Amino acid sequence: MQLSQKEARRTPGWMGIQRGHKARPLEWLAEKFIFLVSLSTILMVFLIFVFVAREALPVFLGDTDTALVSPVIPPAEMDHHSPAELEKYLELTPAQFKAMDHDTLMSLMDVKVEAANDIPESFRNSRDARINTTEWRYLLLPHQWDDYQKPEYIWQPVGQIKKFNIIPLFVGTLKITLIGLLFAVPLAVGAAIYVSQLARPRTREIAKPAIELLSGIPSVVVGFFALLVLATVLQKIFGYQTRLNAFVAGMALGFAVIPIIFSIAEDALTSVPRAYTQAALALGASRWQTAWQIVLPAALPGVFAATVLGFGRAIGETMIVLMVCSASVMSWSVFDSARSITTTIAAEMAEAVNGGPHYRILFMLGALLFAATFVSNMIGDFVIHRFKTKLEGKR
Amino acid sequence: MAEISMPKLEVAAAKPTLSPAGPFIQIESLSLFYGTSKALKNISVSLGEKVVTAFIGPSGCGKSTLLRCLNRMNDLIDSVHIEGAIKIGGHDIYGPEVDVIELRKRVGMVFQKSNPFPKSIYENVAYGLRLHGLKNKSELDAAVEKSLQQSALWDEVKDRLHASALGLSGGQQQRLCIARAIAIRPEIILMDEPASALDPIATAHIEELILELKKDFTIVIVTHNMQQAARISDFTAFFYLGELIEYDTTAKIFTNPAKKQTEDYVTGRFG
Amino acid sequence: MSEVQSPKSEVPGRHFRAEKFDFWSFFFSGLTGLATLFILGILATILINIIANGWPGFSWHFVSTTPKKDFFDIHTTGVFPMIVGTTFRVLVMTIFVIPVGVITAIYLTEYAPSNSLITRIIRAAVNNLAGVPSIVFGLFGLGFFINFIGKNLDVLLHNANAVWGQPALVWASLTLAVMTVPVVIVATEESLKAIPPGLREASLALGATKLETILKIVLPQALPGIMTGGILAVSRAAGEVAPILFTGVAYYMASLPTHLSDQFMDLGYHVFVLSTQSPNIEQTRPILYATVLVLLLLTFALNIVAIIIRSNIRRKMRSLH
Repeated sequence: MQLSQKEARRTPGWMGIQRGHKARPLEWLAEKFIFLVSLSTILMVFLIFVFVAREALPVFLGDTDTALVSPVIPPAEMDHHSPAELEKYLELTPAQFKAMDHDTLMSLMDVKVEAANDIPESFRNSRDARINTTEWRYLLLPHQWDDYQKPEYIWQPVGQIKKFNIIPLFVGTLKITLIGLLFAVPLAVGAAIYVSQLARPRTREIAKPAIELLSGIPSVVVGFFALLVLATVLQKIFGYQTRLNAFVAGMALGFAVIPIIFSIAEDALTSVPRAYTQAALALGASRWQTAWQIVLPAALPGVFAATVLGFGRAIGETMIVLMVCSASVMSWSVFDSARSITTTIAAEMAEAVNGGPHYRILFMLGALLFAATFVSNMIGDFVIHRFKTKLEGKR
Repeated sequence: MAEISMPKLEVAAAKPTLSPAGPFIQIESLSLFYGTSKALKNISVSLGEKVVTAFIGPSGCGKSTLLRCLNRMNDLIDSVHIEGAIKIGGHDIYGPEVDVIELRKRVGMVFQKSNPFPKSIYENVAYGLRLHGLKNKSELDAAVEKSLQQSALWDEVKDRLHASALGLSGGQQQRLCIARAIAIRPEIILMDEPASALDPIATAHIEELILELKKDFTIVIVTHNMQQAARISDFTAFFYLGELIEYDTTAKIFTNPAKKQTEDYVTGRFG
Repeated sequence: MSEVQSPKSEVPGRHFRAEKFDFWSFFFSGLTGLATLFILGILATILINIIANGWPGFSWHFVSTTPKKDFFDIHTTGVFPMIVGTTFRVLVMTIFVIPVGVITAIYLTEYAPSNSLITRIIRAAVNNLAGVPSIVFGLFGLGFFINFIGKNLDVLLHNANAVWGQPALVWASLTLAVMTVPVVIVATEESLKAIPPGLREASLALGATKLETILKIVLPQALPGIMTGGILAVSRAAGEVAPILFTGVAYYMASLPTHLSDQFMDLGYHVFVLSTQSPNIEQTRPILYATVLVLLLLTFALNIVAIIIRSNIRRKMRSLH
C-alpha cells in the first residue's frame, strides 16, 4: 500500500522520543531549551534592525525640525490652534500637554516668543534660517545655500545652519569602495585561480592559510599602516596634492577585503568537480587552458558571489577609511579626501546630541547601511546556495 | 575458573520486561516506508532465542533495514514510517508505553564498520555500564574483564586497558565493539555485516566468537557472505527486494531450498 | 600495419614534447602566480614594518606601565590599562558568546530537521549577522543596550540615575558577543560535522539518549574545534574598534575598570586617537608602533594559534575515518 505524501509526513518519525517524553522529561526540556537559544540568532538580527531604525524613525516620518526661525504663534492666539498643533509647536508629548494648565502653557508660549527675539537680526531674515534642513528634499537634492554661488550638495552638520545632504557621503563611499574592489578583485580572484588550479599541492597548503591570515590583521592596524606608510609611498609614486585621499583609503580597503573574496572564490573553484578538470587535461589542454576555459566559467556564480560579499564587507568597513580620510569633500576625483557613510557615523556620533536631529540622521544612515549590506548578503548567499546545489544535486 | 557474578543492572519496575520465558522475536506483517517508497513489504517471521539467525539476500533487499527495526535505530531517520508490529517476548516494541532507551539496553547492536569511541579500551567497554548506573569501580572492573574475556580480546589487551582504543587493529576493534555491546548484557545482539570490513583471519575470529556467544545471547546477523551464513547460523531468512522469500533452518536453505529464487541466490546464479 | 614515420621519432621521447611554446598559458599562469605573491607580499610588508618599527619601543616596562594623560615619551609611557581594557571586554564577551554559539551550533547539527523552514531562517540569520558592518553593531549597542535596556534598568534599580544607561564595559562586551556569534557557530558546526556519525550510532545503540550522546561523546570530541572558534572570536573582537566607539571605550581613564558599568581604555582605540589627533606625529610615532605591535601580538598570534589547532584537528580526523 502506497502512502500519499501527506500521510507519510503526518506520521512522526522520531517515534521513540514521542513516547519517551513521559519517561524522560529532562531530555525534552533540554531539547526545547536548545531550540530556544538557537532562535535567539533570529532575534538578534531583528533587534538590530528595529533598534537602529527606531532611533532614526523621526527622520523617516518627517518629525524632526531644524529650522532656526519658525513662525511664532502669539500667546494671544493660542486658543485658535488645535491641541495637536500646540503640542508640536511647544515640543511637548500629549501626556505632558494634558498635565499643564492654561497659565503654564501661556508662559511657555511667552518663552517661545522671547527665544525668537533672541535670534540675531541678520539671521532672522535669512532664507536659510527658515528651512527645516532634515526634510528629504534637503537630504538628497542639491540646494543653493546663502553664501554659495550655485546649488551644492553639502554635508556640514556643524554651525548655525546644519546641512545634512547625504549625497556626498554616498559618493565618498562609492569612490572608496570601487577603488578597493578594483584593486582587490583581480588580485584575489587571480590568486584564487592560481592556488586552486595551477599551484602544486604543497604550495597550496602554504599559500591558502597565509592569505587567509591577512584577515587576522585588525582593520585599525591596516588603517594605521595606510596612514603612516602607504600614503607617503603612493604620494611619491603618483605625486598628487592631498596626501590622505580616497585613493589611499581605497587601496587599504582593498587589502582588507582581499581575504574574503579570495576565500570564497577559491572555495568555489575547488568545488568544481574534479571530473571536469580531468576530462579537459586528458584531452590535452594545459593547466591554464583548463582553468580559464572550463573551471572558471563553471565557478563563475561562486566568484560573483565572492565579489558581492566583498562589496558588502567593503562598504561596511569603518576604521581604515576613518584613519586615512578626514574631510568630506564632494568631488568625483579620487585624489581628494572623502568621507564614507561609516566614517561619518563613527566620527560624528560623539558630538551629536542624544536625540537631536544630527543623531537621528546618523542612525538613519546606519539603518540604510544595514539594509544595503543585508540585501547584498542575501544575494551573495543565495547565489552560492544555487551554485552549490547545482553542482551537487541537479547535475 | 571462578565464576564472576554479573552485577545486577537496575531495572525500573514500571517498564515492561521481556517475557521470562526467554526473548524471542515475532515480526508481524511489518512494512516500512521511507517517505512514500516502501522498503519492507509485509514481513512476517518468528526468530528463536539463543540461536543464530542470518538474514541473507542481494544488496538493497532490506535485510539491514529490517535488522535496524529490531532496536528501533530506524527512528533516527526523519522520513521513516512503520506499519505492522514487532514483538519481543510478547511485547510490541513499537507500542505506546515502550521506552526506546530501555529497548536498546536489551537489544544491542554491532555495526559493519567498527566504531569504538576515541577513549581508552576500558572506557569503551565501561561506557554502556556507566550509562545504566553502574558506578562502583570494582564492579566495573569485573564487568569489563568479563566482557573482554567473552569477546576473546582480554588476553590481547589486559596489559593496556587504558590505552586508546583507536590503536587496535581492525579485527580487534570489532571485537572491542562486541565486548562493548555485550557488557550491558542485552538479551539480543544484532550484527550488521560485522566482518565485512575485516581480513579472513579476523573474520574467522569473529565467527568463532559468534558461535561461543550464542550460548548466552540471541543473535541476528546480516551478511552478504553466504558461506558465512552457512558456517555459523542455525536459521536463515532470505530476502529479496523488501520481501521475505524463505525462512528455514540453515541446513535446509542451503541444501534443499523450497523456492526457486532462494536456490538461484544460494547457488550464485544471481546476487 | 605500417609504422607512422615522423622526423621526431629519431630522438627518443620527442613524441610527446609540446608543439610550440604556449605563450598565453605561461603568461597568465605567471600573472596569477604574481597576484598570489603580491598578496603575500602585502602581508609580509605590513607585518615586517610594524615589527621593525615597534620592536624598539616594546618592552616589559611598556606593557606594564600605566600612562599619565598626554604623556608622550616612549620611554616612560605604557599601555597597561589598554591591555587590561581590551582583555576584560573580550573575556566578558566570551562568557556570553561561547554558550550561545555552541548551543546554536548543536541545534543546527544534531537536532534541526534538515528541510524545515525554521532551520533555513536560523542559518540565514547567522549569515546575516556575519555580514553586518561593525559600525552598525556600535549603533545597535547604543540604541538597544544603552538607550533601551540600560535606561530601563536605571529606572527600575536606580531611580533613573545614570548608571547603566550610558557607555559601559558590559554593553560593549554584549555588542561584541552579538558580532562574533557567527564565528563561534561556524567553527563549532565544522567540528561537530567532522565527527563520524558511526560514533553517535554506537552510543545510541547502547541505550544512551540523544542528550547523553551529545554530552559524553560528541562534545568532548568537538572541544578542540570549539576552542578554535572561541580563539577566533576573541582575536576578532580584540581588534575591533568601531563597535566599542559608542558603547564603552574612553581615551583616558584614571583607574582600571572594575565594574561592569565602568568605561575602559583600549589598544586599538588608542592607536586610532593618537594617530589621527596627536599634535606631534613624530613624537608619538614610536609609541604608536609599539602599541600596534602589542595589539598585533594579541590578535594575530591568537589567530595563528587557532589555525594551528585547526589543522591539527583536521589531521587527526583523517585518521579516524
